Amino acid sequence: MILEHLGLDKISGSLVVLENVDNVFNEEMVEIRLEDGSVRAGRVVMIEGKRAVIQVFEGTRGVSMVNTRTRMTGRPMELKLSPEIVGRVFDGLGRPKDGLGEIYPLLRRNINGSAINPVERVYPKNFVQTGISSIDTLATLIRGQKLPIFSGSGMRHNDLAIQIVRQASVADDESFAVVFAAMGVKNDVAEQFRTSFEESNVMSKVVMFLNLSNDPIIERIITPRCALTAAEYLAFDLGMNVLVIMTDMTAYCEALREFSSSKGEIPGRKGFPGYLYSDLASLYERAGMIRESKGSVTQLPILTMPNDDITHPIPDLTGFITEGQIVLDRALEAKGVYPPISVLPSLSRLMKDGIGEQYTRKDHKAVSNQLFACYSGVQDARALASVVGEDELSENDRLLLRFGRDFEGQFLTQSRTENRTIAQSLDLGCRLLAQLPDELLDRLQKEEIEAYIEPFREKVVS
Amino acid sequence: MNKYRIYSINGPIVTIRGATELQIMEMVYVGVKRLVGEVIGVDSEKTTIQVYEDTAGLYPQEPVEASGSPMSVSLGPGILGSIFDGIEKPLSAMAAQAGAFITKGVSVPPLDEEKQWDVTVTVKPGDVLSGGMSYAECDETRAIRHKLLVPPSQHGKVVFAAPNGAYRLHDRIVTIQDEHGGTFDLTLCQRWPIRIARPMKERLSPVVPLICGQRIIDTMFPLAKGGAAVIPGGFGTGKTVMQHQLAKWCDADIIIYVGCGERGNEMTQALTEFSELTDPRSGRPLLERTVLIANTSNMPVAAREASIYTGITFAEYYRDMGYHVAMMADSTSRWAEALREISGRLEEMPADEGYPAYLPSRLSEFYERAGRCVTLGGAEGSVSVIGAVSPQGSDFSEPVTQNSKRFTRCFWGLDKALAYARHFPAVNWTTSYSEYIDSLSDWFSENIAPDFTACRNRISALLAEEARLMEIVKLIGAQVLPDEQKLIIEVARVIRTGFLQQDALSDFDGYVPPQKHYRMMKSILSVYDQSKRLIERQLPVSAIVKTGCFDRLVKMKYNIPNDELDRFDELDAENEKALSAVG
Repeated sequence: MILEHLGLDKISGSLVVLENVDNVFNEEMVEIRLEDGSVRAGRVVMIEGKRAVIQVFEGTRGVSMVNTRTRMTGRPMELKLSPEIVGRVFDGLGRPKDGLGEIYPLLRRNINGSAINPVERVYPKNFVQTGISSIDTLATLIRGQKLPIFSGSGMRHNDLAIQIVRQASVADDESFAVVFAAMGVKNDVAEQFRTSFEESNVMSKVVMFLNLSNDPIIERIITPRCALTAAEYLAFDLGMNVLVIMTDMTAYCEALREFSSSKGEIPGRKGFPGYLYSDLASLYERAGMIRESKGSVTQLPILTMPNDDITHPIPDLTGFITEGQIVLDRALEAKGVYPPISVLPSLSRLMKDGIGEQYTRKDHKAVSNQLFACYSGVQDARALASVVGEDELSENDRLLLRFGRDFEGQFLTQSRTENRTIAQSLDLGCRLLAQLPDELLDRLQKEEIEAYIEPFREKVVS
Repeated sequence: MNKYRIYSINGPIVTIRGATELQIMEMVYVGVKRLVGEVIGVDSEKTTIQVYEDTAGLYPQEPVEASGSPMSVSLGPGILGSIFDGIEKPLSAMAAQAGAFITKGVSVPPLDEEKQWDVTVTVKPGDVLSGGMSYAECDETRAIRHKLLVPPSQHGKVVFAAPNGAYRLHDRIVTIQDEHGGTFDLTLCQRWPIRIARPMKERLSPVVPLICGQRIIDTMFPLAKGGAAVIPGGFGTGKTVMQHQLAKWCDADIIIYVGCGERGNEMTQALTEFSELTDPRSGRPLLERTVLIANTSNMPVAAREASIYTGITFAEYYRDMGYHVAMMADSTSRWAEALREISGRLEEMPADEGYPAYLPSRLSEFYERAGRCVTLGGAEGSVSVIGAVSPQGSDFSEPVTQNSKRFTRCFWGLDKALAYARHFPAVNWTTSYSEYIDSLSDWFSENIAPDFTACRNRISALLAEEARLMEIVKLIGAQVLPDEQKLIIEVARVIRTGFLQQDALSDFDGYVPPQKHYRMMKSILSVYDQSKRLIERQLPVSAIVKTGCFDRLVKMKYNIPNDELDRFDELDAENEKALSAVG
């Protein structure tokens, strides 16, 4: 039974209230027809007896209490899916935006998805070569992982994401696809992504969902869900290896806060709703691999840390859910280091099982541990040098300082088109470690130093 | 049973209008799909229910059916080696029925009802049984013998006892008759409400350590069997790796691992790893002594709240059979957040940081369910609880960390700076503490070495002294310190890298028996004592460093296998010789 209601009983922020509705279910989609004939989409978020509270995605501006017609669609929020979505551009609610016409759906799927049963998950182990030394060696990306980039306004996270897409696609076969979800990003940022996808010939493998900064804010809550539904379809139904880029998660969380406060919910930290963790988890946990399909969903969300503060609720809760993080650092960026990856707080939790002889190289674990430990020693030496001056430092501290400079200048720094193999990256790391005496290589056993580091020392001498 | 109709729906909270006969904490089935829910509020105007499954698609006016009993779990053989969600739905059976994604309203019995268990009945007609006594046994896995216990509320004389043989879960094994003539059938299975602690006969004091094979824990901050510990740490500090390490290596008989609002991949990892690794004591896969409860972060939030209670109920059930059980809860912060989320939906008055005012009382109730005791059946058992806490922004002053600290006696604080330097386990030795050190020192003296605790205290004092000296070094550099203090810094470095650091992924450094902890401490301290004497005779520290003693100490954890402790004698002799040579 589909009924149309004339008029509304209350408008509050992005919510409207209807009294006397029958037969409405929780999370049902509704269509709201305005006086001027335009149609907006909404969703039932609360029901109390015969009263339904509806969230209007495009906002309530211009909605009148009297002449608005509301129609219950009898369906939950669904995305139309078919193999032809690849190469298309959609708006934040999953409607085609590129003027190429509607999608003829093979199936429709609820955008909220369902949790993957942990029993049916495959533990991700396959290394994805991004061609970026710092990521490949120290925070290895694994297929099926969720690895966010923690950045700040004005830093080069977009360039980094584009480089990862381009270089990861080179290593992969034709089953590779990219799903790009833009939430509240500027038009030119979306354009930058689109051009670079075209330049590197991956556009035919990209599905884009765009909610730009001038698009309705509440729609942003839906955008990543549409993107992930598409990604799950491509991965688990069609067996593709999908890389999902979601930018900017901060804008998403702010939309959620706005929606929550308009519902009159009790705010948690910094005004974000208490369920921010669960809500973010319902997005990030949609990465992974399952037994019954050979495809995978790998997520690369980008978030700008407000005021570069990693303890802000958005990066903080994200870090608790995702399997590591890549942190960008403004001081490195100012030094001209690209990509400005701050190595010490960056981490890949799935790395330990996806590296080594079977996947990358035998010495990977030992070398990366030692690089971390030495670079952490560099920070101590620098702190000391800033107090007592470089001249007063011990020989070892001076060697560490030199190692630090070379590490940032040679290992971290690479050009936007430079695609290093994992072997090249590891060799570079070993060469840097070879500058240091054995006693500073405290994470390596004697045999490891001999096997991995010693060959590079000879080159230094000759 | 009475049927009611849904009035309102708001996220996981559903209400029924008007007064009902439902009891508070009663389990109910909501909607035509029979979603599991629990009554959390009753008054004359409405009854409030929290639903443990996704409420999307639910209509008002759908039926709500009472179950007549509080939220309970089934206890019986078949729990071990399984993976459940927060309300004891078996995830493997659900996957077999519904595929890779969790669909709601799937009805699968929690324990396999068709499987035949080879039961040995241990009572005969005429025997008198009281609550907690065993009436039959079966091999649940090859590692663990399952004792079937009379429910605590039942007692009576055996009037029927089945012969030994193969039985299914709900087959009658024994019938007992109480003094009023009422009979009660005992099967292989019983139900127990998850929010009520199972009774015990007598509490015992915690004087036996839970040996985990981790140096920073067993030696520095030991946990007693029946004790409770808390691991707070920001993201990336290694909480989960540490919980996994403890689950793998601690010397409990049974492990209950609760993944409460954490990552799906972590549970998959635990599942695969535990089925591949073997228990060093029984030689069987670790999974045979483990129960996994997985309520990942994207599964319904209300079931996350219940998962902790489901876990501790399992733990108490095995404790009652006379086993030592260790329960890992990763992470209790997610559980507290679930409480906060539900409290917010109920529009309760928030206290600290939006958490409900009853957060401390819930936490204390939970941690008090740990303990070493004499069970109703007369055996000795224990439940140890290790709870991870994920403080927001790594700020240990937040309510969950602070309250957990009050109700536990062991605090293993994880430190971001250590984790960034890849010093693992990243337990900070200055902020962590264990209140069990004194009560466990007798055990260590008797079972490891008489001066074990004395050595431990000396190591701890050296670390504290180093922390003090580092404050000075930060300002003026290490060069200006007198040699005596430089030596302390060198030795503390050896302790940090050679002793406290432990590689979870290494072949034999992953688990190290306490005997080796002791020998390592002894070797470090004897080099320290000897070097100190040399320095008193004006020998510079650099000369001692050149002997290579410190390097040998740092590498001893890798160079001396766990079962060749005699080789410490060689190491000590070598160090002594090298030091005598320079002196």
